[in-house]
Amino acid sequence: MNNLADIAKGGDGAKSAPILSRDYLQRRSFIELNARERAKSLFDPETARELAGPFDRIESPWLSVQGVTPQADDGCIVMRGTINGNETVVIAFSGAFQGGGIGEVSGAKLTAALDLARIDNEKGKPTSAVMLLETGGVRLQEANLGLAAVAEIISSIIALRRYAPVISVIAGPVGCFGGMSLAAGVSSYIVMTPEGRLGLNGPEVIEEESGTDEFDASDRSLIWSIFGGQQRYDQGLVDVLVDDDTDQMIKTVRELIAKGVPTVHRSEQIDLYRSRITALDPSRQWDPKDLHSWSAASLARPTAPNQGGSETKADRT
Amino acid sequence: MEQFEFNYPAKRKAPRRAHVGVVGSGDLEVLLEPIDGTTASVRIRTSVDGFKETWKAVLDRFFGQYDGAVRIEINDAGATPGAVYLRLQQAVEANEP
Repeated sequence: MNNLADIAKGGDGAKSAPILSRDYLQRRSFIELNARERAKSLFDPETARELAGPFDRIESPWLSVQGVTPQADDGCIVMRGTINGNETVVIAFSGAFQGGGIGEVSGAKLTAALDLARIDNEKGKPTSAVMLLETGGVRLQEANLGLAAVAEIISSIIALRRYAPVISVIAGPVGCFGGMSLAAGVSSYIVMTPEGRLGLNGPEVIEEESGTDEFDASDRSLIWSIFGGQQRYDQGLVDVLVDDDTDQMIKTVRELIAKGVPTVHRSEQIDLYRSRITALDPSRQWDPKDLHSWSAASLARPTAPNQGGSETKADRT
Repeated sequence: MEQFEFNYPAKRKAPRRAHVGVVGSGDLEVLLEPIDGTTASVRIRTSVDGFKETWKAVLDRFFGQYDGAVRIEINDAGATPGAVYLRLQQAVEANEP
């Protein structure tokens, strides 16, 4: 039921690769790195430098008054350096701190990083951006400021993506939800692992609003078969699906930077996505398998699961 | 949330600053910076109230072993004493290559 590889092949019990292979055991996990290590791992050796780091103590002024301990970098790590020789800024969110939630400060750090990259591009210095998104969206303790920050982030992504690719990476099980799923949606490319999750309303929110009949937020296989990286890739909402492997992640990010700005961004394909929504019948309950075949039918590309991972598929037309 | 400060005698200069940990549930963040003088100071902010004596006991033990002149800032989200001690050791390890 939850094996999307089977579902993609019509549920005929197709064999998937053995999980405990030598390659799997010897890989360097990307998810197990903390946010700062993840950011650093993508850069060419000795080129990464952190901007507005923990010793600059740019922390949230709103948390301590609500009895929540702030973090010295507000859970947002900004690093500048080169990736395969290309000037790049990497912004990583720490999912362990406040669920990676966007507050006034962390949002401003992301926006400023994207804006500085845009200014460099305008001055003739090509600079790409990579966002490592482990975030539940707006941080509830700073709700209005967080919402304003998401609006600014989206504007800044759209301003930057004309010049250079803005790549969203959703690697870990915290996933990317709420307003930040919209930010991922307007980026040039989205990269996920099968462990990652992407959605607007998270499972708990749907259950809270509509009850367990609509969505059972304790059912992990249901959650991943709706929000998980494999499903999102097969639906064409994600450009590259990679295994949880740091070397594959580096290779993928390098390939996407080399690919440059896409001819048409996903968020500009209004007719495609409108036609898909029109074809969706919301009067009945959809299960993950239905959802999979519905989206596969509307895609003009094969949907065989990409377990190898590092292949960069061309955007759908 | 509670905040408190402790001071300990120091004997030597510390080599460089270090940052370890995350303010995640049951964990903490440690910022360690070398300072001049013969005193080490520690500032703690913790989301769990009522454990000042426990913090003091952990730090007394830590500074029984460590004599660097440093400013330590701890941002805590409910770490156990064992986790606090390990993070302090990790910060020292990161600061003394």
